[in-house]
Amino acid sequence: MDVLLQQIVNGLVVGSVYALVALGYTMVYGILQLINFAHGEIVMIGGLTSLFAAKGLLAMGAPPLLALLVAILAAMIACAVIGVLIERIAYRPLRNAPRLAPLITAIGVSILLQQLAILVFGRNYFSFPELISKAPIVFGHITVTLNEIVILLTSFGLMAALLWLVHNTKVGTAMRATAENQKVAGLMGIDINKIIAITFAIGSGLGAIAGVMVASNYGQAHYYMGFMLGLKAFTAAVMGGIGNLWGAMVGGLILGLVENVGLIFVRGDYKDIFAFVVLVLVLIFRPQGLIGERVAERA
Amino acid sequence: MAGMTGMLQTRRNQMIALAVLGVLLFILPFAAGALGQAWVRILNMTLLYVMLALGLNVVVGVAGLLDLGYVAFYAVGAYTWSLLASAHFDLHYPFWILLPLGAFLAALAGLLLGTPVLKLRGDYLAIVTLGFGEIVRILMNNFDKVGLPWSDESYNVTNGPRGITGIDGLNFFGFKISKGLDLFGLQITSLQLYYFVFLAFAILSIIGVSRLQHSRIGRAWQALREDEIAAKAMGINTRNVKLAAFAFGALTGGLAGGLFASMQGFVSPESFGLLESIMILAMVVLGGMGHIPGVILGAVLLSAMPEVIRYAADENMQQKIFGLVLIAPEVLRNLIFSLAMILIMLFKPAGLWPSPEKK
Amino acid sequence: MMTDMLFTAENVTKRFGGVTALDNVSMEIPRASIFGLIGPNGAGKTTFFNTLTGLYQVDEGKFTFDGKPLNVKAPHEVAEVGIARTFQNIRLFGEMSVLENVMVGRHVRTKAGAFGAIFQTPSTRREEAAITQRAHELLDYIGLSKRAGDKSRTLAYGEQRRLEIARALATDPKMIALDEPAAGMNATETIALRELIERIARDGTTVMLIEHDMRLVMKVCHHLAVLDYGRKIAGGTPSEVQRDPAVIKAYLGGAHTEVTK
Ligand SMILES: Nc1ncnc2c1ncn2[C@@H]1O[C@H](COP(=O)(O)OP(=O)(O)OP(=O)(O)O)[C@@H](O)[C@H]1O
Ligand SMILES: [Mg+2]
Repeated sequence: MDVLLQQIVNGLVVGSVYALVALGYTMVYGILQLINFAHGEIVMIGGLTSLFAAKGLLAMGAPPLLALLVAILAAMIACAVIGVLIERIAYRPLRNAPRLAPLITAIGVSILLQQLAILVFGRNYFSFPELISKAPIVFGHITVTLNEIVILLTSFGLMAALLWLVHNTKVGTAMRATAENQKVAGLMGIDINKIIAITFAIGSGLGAIAGVMVASNYGQAHYYMGFMLGLKAFTAAVMGGIGNLWGAMVGGLILGLVENVGLIFVRGDYKDIFAFVVLVLVLIFRPQGLIGERVAERA
Repeated sequence: MAGMTGMLQTRRNQMIALAVLGVLLFILPFAAGALGQAWVRILNMTLLYVMLALGLNVVVGVAGLLDLGYVAFYAVGAYTWSLLASAHFDLHYPFWILLPLGAFLAALAGLLLGTPVLKLRGDYLAIVTLGFGEIVRILMNNFDKVGLPWSDESYNVTNGPRGITGIDGLNFFGFKISKGLDLFGLQITSLQLYYFVFLAFAILSIIGVSRLQHSRIGRAWQALREDEIAAKAMGINTRNVKLAAFAFGALTGGLAGGLFASMQGFVSPESFGLLESIMILAMVVLGGMGHIPGVILGAVLLSAMPEVIRYAADENMQQKIFGLVLIAPEVLRNLIFSLAMILIMLFKPAGLWPSPEKK
Repeated sequence: MMTDMLFTAENVTKRFGGVTALDNVSMEIPRASIFGLIGPNGAGKTTFFNTLTGLYQVDEGKFTFDGKPLNVKAPHEVAEVGIARTFQNIRLFGEMSVLENVMVGRHVRTKAGAFGAIFQTPSTRREEAAITQRAHELLDYIGLSKRAGDKSRTLAYGEQRRLEIARALATDPKMIALDEPAAGMNATETIALRELIERIARDGTTVMLIEHDMRLVMKVCHHLAVLDYGRKIAGGTPSEVQRDPAVIKAYLGGAHTEVTK
C-alpha cells in the first residue's frame, strides 16, 4: 500500500513532465497534422541550455534561485527561437506537400539538432547543479523532494495557464480557429503564419521548461535525453487523443502513473515496454484516443 | 510504321541498358574489393537495404499504411536464423529451412501487428507500429533472462544486449560461402560470394514486388492508400487487403534479416532500433513512395551515402584540407546526412524519382 | 403492384445525435428503371445512399435487394451483392491512372491472389488480361479512352464524374447509385451525361439518381421520391411530383427554386 502511494506520487511527477512535452506535440499536430519529430530535441536543448546557463551563473556567484530563473528563461528563449525557425525553414514550405514529406524533414531536423548539440555542448553526460533542494521530505509513508513538488506545481500551473490562454484570449481563439479550419480562419482575417509561429513558440517554451525539469530531477543532461522522452510524450499525446490539449495532459499523467505503478509488479527492465503496451491497449479499444472525439467518416 | 520502329528502338535500348547494368553489377564487388573488403560489406548491406526498402514500400508507399516499426520484422528474420543456426543453442539448421521460416515468422508477426491496428488511421498507426518495434527490441534485450516477469528463475534465450555470436554462415549443401572460392584462379572472397547471393535475392524481390504492385492485390493496396471509403465501395475488403500488405512487407523484411545474420555472424538488439526503421522509411520517401525505381535509388543513396561521407570526412581528409580536425567524422557524417534529408524533401517533396505522371 | 422491384426500403430511419437525417423513409425501385431521389440541401439524400451502401448503419428499417434482405454490415459486401455508387464529392484514386481506376472496379468480380501475381500463373494472366480488356471497354463506353494512361487527378471535373461512373459499372452492378453526377458540368456535358444514364438503364442496370438539376431529373427519371428534412414528402412519376403541392412548398420554402426552371 505504501509502495503504491509512493509510486503514484513518483508517477505524477514524471507524468506531469510527459504532459508538458505532450502538449507541444499535440498543439502542433492540432494545427498542422504534423508529428513534430524534433520536439524531443527541443526538450533536450532546453535541458542543456539551462544547465550551462545555471552553471555559469553559479560560477559568477549568483544565488541558486536567480540562477534557476535566468536559466529557465534562457532555455525558453533558445527553444522558442529554434522552434519557430524550424517551422519557418523546414515545415512551412511543405504545407501542401505529400503528407510524409514534412515527417521526413522533421526526422532530419531531429538528427541535425542532436549533432549540433554535440558540437555546441559535447557528448558527455553533464551534471545539473542542485538549485532546489533534493533532500527527502517525509510525509507519513511517502518521500518527496522539494524539487519534485516544485516540478509538479509548476507543471499544473503551466497547463492551467495554457488552457486559459487557448480558451480566453484572442490569440487562443485564433489558434482554435486555425486548428479547426485553416482556410476559413484565413478568410476571417487571421494571420495563419503568425498563429502557427506562436504555436511553435509556446510549445517549444513548454518543452524547454520540461527539459529543465528532467535535467534537474535526474541531475543530468545529455544530447540524447530528448529521444526516449519525446517518444513517450508523443505516445502520451496519441493515447489521450492527438490534437486535444486535455488529451495530452491526461495521457501524460496516465503514462507516468502506469509506468511507475507497474514497477511494483514487473521488473524494471520492462519499464519502457509499458508505455507502448498501454498505448496499444488504449487504441484498440478507443481508436481515437482517450479524449479525442471521433471524427465521423463522411462520404 | 514509324511507331513500330520507335518501339523496337526503345526495346533495343532497354536491352542494352540492362546488359550494361548487368556487367556493372557483376564487376562492382571486385572493384569494391580492390578498395578493401569493408567496401564489399557496404555493397552487401546496400542490397539488403534495397530489399528492406522494397518491403516497407509495399506497406507505406503502395498501401499507404505508415509503419514506423518495420525493423522489427528484420529482427525476427535475423533472430530466427541466429537462434537456429549458431553455437548459442548448438542448433545448425540449413538455410532452406531457416530463410523460409524466418520470412514466415516475420509475416506472422506482421499479421499479429496488423490485426489490432486495422481500425487505426494515419498517425495513430504510426505511433502504434513504432511502439511495436520498440517492444520487439526491448524483448530481445531482456530475453536473456526469460521467466515470468515477477519471478527470478530464468532462461537465456536471446543473450540480451550482448547479442548472439558464432552464427553459421550461408552453406549451400556442403559448400561453405564463408570460405570464399577459387574459380579458375579468380579469387572470390566470402563477402563477394554473399554479394552475389544478396544480389539474386534483391533482384527476386524487385521482380516479386513489382509484379504484385501491378496485380489485382497491388491495385487494391493503392486504392486503399488513395481513398479507403471509395475502396470499400468498390467491394474491396480493406481488412484483408491491409493484412496482406503488412504480411507481405514483413515477409520481405524477415528474409533480409536471415541473410543479414548469415553474413554478419553476429546480431544484437542494437541493429534493430527505431533509427533503423526511420532510415528505411526515409529511403522509401526520399526515393519516391510507391515507385520501385525511386525506392531502390533511395535505398542505395541512403545506405551508401553515410559510408562515403564517413570516408570523405575522416580525420586524414580534414587534416589535409584544413590542417586540423574540425569536427569528429561521425558528427560531420550525421550532420551532412540530416541536412541532405531536409534539403531533398524541401526541393523534391515527392521524392527524388517519383512515379511518372503518365503511365 | 405487379412490377418486379429490384430494391425496396421500408421505414428507414437514421439519426445523427439530435438530427434525424432519415425519418421513416420507404421507397421501391423497379428493375431497369431510372429512379430519382431529390430534395433541398440537407434533405438526407446522401445519407440515404450511405445507409444503403453500408457506410452507415440504419437505426430502424430495412432494405430488400433483388428479392433478398440487404444485410449491410460492411460496405464491400454491398458491392458484391450488386450495388455500386459514385460520390457527391468525387472520390477517385487520384494517383492511379484512369485505366487503373476502372480496373479496381473489377476487384469484386475477380479473384487472383498474391501467389498468382508473383509467379504469374496462367490463370492470373488470363484474368488480368480480361480485367484490362473490360476496363478499356468501359472507358470506351464513357468516352475516356484517350486519357487511359493519365493520372485520374489530372482529369477535368466532368471527366472525373464520368470516370467514377465507369469505375462503378466495372463492378457489374445490378443497381448503380449516382450522387449528383451533373454537379459542376456544363450544358453539353450534362446532355452527354443524360445519354449515358439512359444507355446504362437500357443495358439493364437500374439507376438511382440524386440530382439538383431538375431539368435533367424530370427528363430522365421514370420515378421520383422527394425528401425534405429526412421525410419522404412525395413520390411518383415526374409529372405527378411536379404538380404535388407539398413539393412546390418544400422547394419554394427553401432557397431552391430550380423546380420551376
Ligand atoms: N456523418 C454525419 N454526422 C452528422 N450529421 C450528418 C452526417 N452526415 C449527414 N449529416 C446530416 O444529415 C443531414 C442530411 O445530410 P445529407 O448529406 O444526407 O443531405 P443531402 O440531401 O445529401 O444534401 P445535399 O443536397 O446538400 O448534398 C444534414 O443535416 C447533415 O448535416
Ligand atoms: Mg448530398
